[in-house]
Amino acid sequence: MDPSSLLQYLITGLTLGSTYGLTALGFTIIFNTTGVINFAQGEFVMLGGMMSVYFMHSRGFSEPAAVVLAVLGATMAGALVERLAIRPVRDCPTINLIIITIGVSIFIRGLAMLLWGKDTHVLEPFSGNQPIMFLGAAIMPQAIWVLVISLFLLGALKMFFSGTIHGKAMLACSFDSKAASLVGIGVQRMVLLSFMISALVGAVGGVILAPITMTSYDVGIMLGLKGFAACILGGLGNPFGAAAGGVILGVLESFGAGFVSSAYKDALAFVILLILLFVKPSGLFGLKDSKRV
Amino acid sequence: MNAAKCVIALVAFLLTCVPAFAADAIKIGAILSVTGPASFLGEPEKNTLIMLQDQLNAAGGVNGQQVEVIVYDDESDVNKCVMAAKKLLDQDQVAVVIGPSISGNTLAISKFFSSAEVPLVSCAAAEKIVRPVDPWVFNTPQLDRHAVTRILQDAKAKGYSRLAILTVSDGYGQAGRGVLKELIPAQGFELAADEVYGPKDTDMTAQLTKIKGAGADAIICWGTNPGPAVVARNRVQLGLTVPLYMSHGVASNKFIELAGDAAEGLILPAGRLVAVEQVPADHPQKAVLEAYVEGYTKTYGTQISSFGGYAHDAFALVMEAIAKGGSAKSADIRDNLEKISGFAGTSGVYTYSPENHNGLDESAFIMVTIENGAWKALN
Repeated sequence: MDPSSLLQYLITGLTLGSTYGLTALGFTIIFNTTGVINFAQGEFVMLGGMMSVYFMHSRGFSEPAAVVLAVLGATMAGALVERLAIRPVRDCPTINLIIITIGVSIFIRGLAMLLWGKDTHVLEPFSGNQPIMFLGAAIMPQAIWVLVISLFLLGALKMFFSGTIHGKAMLACSFDSKAASLVGIGVQRMVLLSFMISALVGAVGGVILAPITMTSYDVGIMLGLKGFAACILGGLGNPFGAAAGGVILGVLESFGAGFVSSAYKDALAFVILLILLFVKPSGLFGLKDSKRV
Repeated sequence: MNAAKCVIALVAFLLTCVPAFAADAIKIGAILSVTGPASFLGEPEKNTLIMLQDQLNAAGGVNGQQVEVIVYDDESDVNKCVMAAKKLLDQDQVAVVIGPSISGNTLAISKFFSSAEVPLVSCAAAEKIVRPVDPWVFNTPQLDRHAVTRILQDAKAKGYSRLAILTVSDGYGQAGRGVLKELIPAQGFELAADEVYGPKDTDMTAQLTKIKGAGADAIICWGTNPGPAVVARNRVQLGLTVPLYMSHGVASNKFIELAGDAAEGLILPAGRLVAVEQVPADHPQKAVLEAYVEGYTKTYGTQISSFGGYAHDAFALVMEAIAKGGSAKSADIRDNLEKISGFAGTSGVYTYSPENHNGLDESAFIMVTIENGAWKALN
């Protein structure tokens, strides 16, 4: 195995992994505020990509404008989901809310199919299609965009949760929503905010991915699943862990395809995930005691 | 008599009328994957059948009888397909069924048709559908074997000896992989690498890097959109210059749109439908191809896909069998389908026989390349 192939697998893995990590981040944000795992997270990613394509190709906006509109649109969709599907049933047990998010994901997917059709679409890369050669391995400019924006989002979220009063208020809601409301936190507002932020993060992911992976109404299913796996791998509730989990999953898949067999790459990544969960059920970076009271 | 009684009487009257009226039309069932993952097959197929039904009925029907096509959507799901098949056979009592769109679904329901003694003309390509021959089951698409044969003829002419294959892990890709793994050594080539990708995968650089390391003369990729478009893009992104063959599964303009510049120079076998204007005027398929393209684009305002052509041919062959035998009974349709010879459809020239229920050979394919974003037929 020559070193340039090795490097190529690593780069492929990092790019793939960032996509999983970005989806995983969205899971973490909502989980941190509500304790709910939002299975419509993959759909937010899809909305980011599909809306960019729609605004750019059907409405004639320039790429930057289309991207901004798409991210705003998806954020609005996140707010709508919270208002219409989660808030009316907020007193139900968490498991009911999780099942509702599955319903929401099917609904959004169906709506996207009816609005934009069943075809796959491409979005132009932000800065050209010419690969950068590095020690015999090819790096796409878009992959650098993905890595940089992912890191930036991760840093911003970290600061938001540990450094701002809103972020801390959101964390407080997930620990004990009753106590949080007693000290004067608007719990419902925080839940709304968490859905909007996670939709925003998901949509940004969808937009920067679309030039690499292409997009269609149903890309959210697989991304959602892989993102969820990344979340579990890194430890639920820890944004850093989620992103790291995504990258690890992506690199495992890529090396699995390169060294073992491309037919078993998904299986290989999930087998390692299972083994890890047997050994350390709280995930790589999860807290030892998952009950945070 | 008050108003309510009037209405009831009217409804009762209408109910007795409807079956008598409908009995005149020949009932043809269709099970297609109009929605779901295989909708790129089922949607143009459904559009095609509805268009052909309307055209035929407007022209007076077949043998003076109108035709009624009953389309069920199996949502690309095998259970829904089985239910639709039972409904068509038991409840709608159709004379013949067209479809399903995908091979797995066809194989799941074909046994019902043998026992019900109703012919099934499938729009799916798997070889297992027609080999060994089931007396009641036919299909219209070109077989994978014909496509692979054409690719290997081209590879041989160019002097390649080590071939790598990259196939999708769904039914289509694995059927192709089976034929490739059988024919590549049989034709004297060496299989340099055998890689697989998932239908929803978005990055194939790992597989292509491995193929690059294996030192292949050419790569054959077997899949349907969007996977092969990703393969084409990744190949350019990695700076690979190894020639890339695609399968006929991507022979639609959508592929060129998805792959963009990366599609330039790729070679694949395709039905003549992708390059109608380049088909010579004296070719037997020319007239039927032009009529289909013109009718479809006029009726639906969208571009044709070669998948709709499979349904076109299934419908045309069934009508030919009904007209030939002068009978729309299931058993007569079956017998007369087997007697069809030299019948030009959109996918090729069909000659059915009791031993051959596919009716096509490798001449149904032409080799095409993509030049300046358009299909170009190779000689």
